[in-house]
Amino acid sequence: MAGKRKIRILVAKPGLDGHDRGAKIIARGFRDAGFEVIYTGLHQSPEQIVEAAIQEDVDVIGLSSLAGAHNHLFREVLRLLKEKGAEDIPVFGGGIIPDEDIPKLKADGILEIFTPGTKVEDVVKWVEENIHPRG
Amino acid sequence: MWDEKKLESLKEKEAAWREDYKEATKKHPERMERFSTVSDQEIDALYTPNDIANFDYERALGFPGEYPYTRGVHKTMYRGRLWTMRMFSGLGSARDTNQRFHYLLKHGETGLSIAFDMPTLMGYDSDHPMSRGEVGKCGVAIDSLADMEVLFDGIPLDKVTTSMTINPPASIMLAMYIAVAEKQGVRRDQIGGTIQNDMLKEFIAQKTFMLPPKPSMRLIVDTIEFCTKEVPRWNTISISGYHIREAGSTAVQELAFTLADGIAYVQAAVDRGLNVDDFAPRLSFFFNAHIDFFEEIAKYRAARRIWSRVMRERFHAKNPRSWMLRFHTQTAGCSLTAQQPYNNVIRTAYEALSAVLGGTQSLHTNSLDEVLALPSEHAVTIALRTQQILAEETGVTNTIDPLAGSYFVEALTDKMEAQAMEYIEKIDEMGGILEAIERGYPQGEIANAAYDYQKQVDEGKKTIVGVNKYVSDVETPIEILKIDETVEEEQIKRLKALKESRDNDAVQKALDGLRKAAEGEENMMPHIINVVKVYGTEQEICDVFREVFGTYRDPGMF
Repeated sequence: MAGKRKIRILVAKPGLDGHDRGAKIIARGFRDAGFEVIYTGLHQSPEQIVEAAIQEDVDVIGLSSLAGAHNHLFREVLRLLKEKGAEDIPVFGGGIIPDEDIPKLKADGILEIFTPGTKVEDVVKWVEENIHPRG
Repeated sequence: MWDEKKLESLKEKEAAWREDYKEATKKHPERMERFSTVSDQEIDALYTPNDIANFDYERALGFPGEYPYTRGVHKTMYRGRLWTMRMFSGLGSARDTNQRFHYLLKHGETGLSIAFDMPTLMGYDSDHPMSRGEVGKCGVAIDSLADMEVLFDGIPLDKVTTSMTINPPASIMLAMYIAVAEKQGVRRDQIGGTIQNDMLKEFIAQKTFMLPPKPSMRLIVDTIEFCTKEVPRWNTISISGYHIREAGSTAVQELAFTLADGIAYVQAAVDRGLNVDDFAPRLSFFFNAHIDFFEEIAKYRAARRIWSRVMRERFHAKNPRSWMLRFHTQTAGCSLTAQQPYNNVIRTAYEALSAVLGGTQSLHTNSLDEVLALPSEHAVTIALRTQQILAEETGVTNTIDPLAGSYFVEALTDKMEAQAMEYIEKIDEMGGILEAIERGYPQGEIANAAYDYQKQVDEGKKTIVGVNKYVSDVETPIEILKIDETVEEEQIKRLKALKESRDNDAVQKALDGLRKAAEGEENMMPHIINVVKVYGTEQEICDVFREVFGTYRDPGMF
């Protein structure tokens, strides 16, 4: 298939959490896998993340949270995407997410959750299999 | 140290032995192509006197409590007084955390250490929009002096020392602590403790930042200057490698960037006109105890030796107390695994042992569940008992610096010192660590090391038990501490009630005084104390800082 566009991915750190080691390693892994990566940097509000996703016209958003505020922040990103009519942008997440929260987040629309110990290549593979360049 | 002739003959014998070794590996190949530490420092099969041929006992080690302090900063070390067992604690509300403090003190903890929640660490009150969902989650929520009073309810501040892990708003938390002490009838020159107050490593690694680097440095020097005069038993800064390491640095990078930060703080205080010997004895350090046992021990020993030389030769400090690198240690959070969580108890115990063999002054041992949540009471008790067993059962405290003279440990100490000095010289050439940070230099070095390590783990070149080897499908459910969602609502209600009941004119007046000091050159600390005493909130103070100095944003490099 000629002219197949690269996957554009937004890696985002919502909230006040400063743990960015994982997000940066994943962002670099995505770049090495040939994706176009936009990393928001730290301390982004859900509003800023959704705005960046729409402006950058990304195919998927990856959220990272390691300080326990994922339930509020991940859902807020989903809610705002819907509010802006951009709910077709899929969202996945990673970080320190207790097992019991995972099915609830998925039921609410987070496509997948990756927890500590996941290989970078496995996340890359998941993106390649599940995300397709839009438009 | 060695007889030249003997050394010559030993060299020949070692060469012959190495030939034999090579032969032997033909029959029994080595398990790995290359043996290296967790930081990828290559390690040889054997170390002998040949590896430390120029070893000069007095120059390299000296005696405990004597320059260059390689063997420890105190003469008597643990035979006199054990390290302080200081468990980093904070959860939910000030009341919840106060109960945890009382529990730990009852079980033999010997110093307090406060973990704050993210909004407090970043200078936001609990009712700010950015605080939504984060109040009390990864530490205690402190908005005003009213919360600090509850936090230390029933704890006499002349009897205990307290460490506060907080950076941009460190001066505010110290001001609240002074105010609580004075309400208890304890004078500010009687209290002891530490504020982390180390912004340089925030820009490098931990990333709780508020103001740009230059005003951040001013605020730090203000606290150093103020405490030197008024709170003489307070450690004004805890120059931290812990977070640099957690962000993925090597042991040498942790050592080098931390000491480079230390050099910058000393220089900044000297530039303010302070006498080095007046403030340097109250600088303290904070290192990570990672899983690679000997590398960590060598790191602590090298750190003491480098710092004493820097203080004596570079800053011409005369007081031996200025030469001493005193440090707190925390076992490595990033070495723990969510899989098979009970294994974390074992990892933490080995890491704690390395800190003790390296001569730490205080220690936090991580709880087995900290990779998943804040520690439960059960888990934190095991972590505290780990230290008590180490201190009182194993016998490792009976003699000082027991690994000194080990060919391997001394050679590794020398090597890490040399590698750290190379980094420090490079940073000096760049114009200092502030300049290096602006260029993204330490951040880049750390990101590369973190990525390289992750690749080694993914490829199975480095083993993490339960993650990439000895993986088990058997679930080990553990009890997880959950922070009640009502903590946030309750905290916001308390804050609202406070703002209605306090003397708002007095708050405004105190804030105006602070703003004037911030806009000029006056020391801001007395004004911060004025604000907290009339129950001005943390964010009201930080908003003044943000308005006067501007804010810092993460450049988002990866």
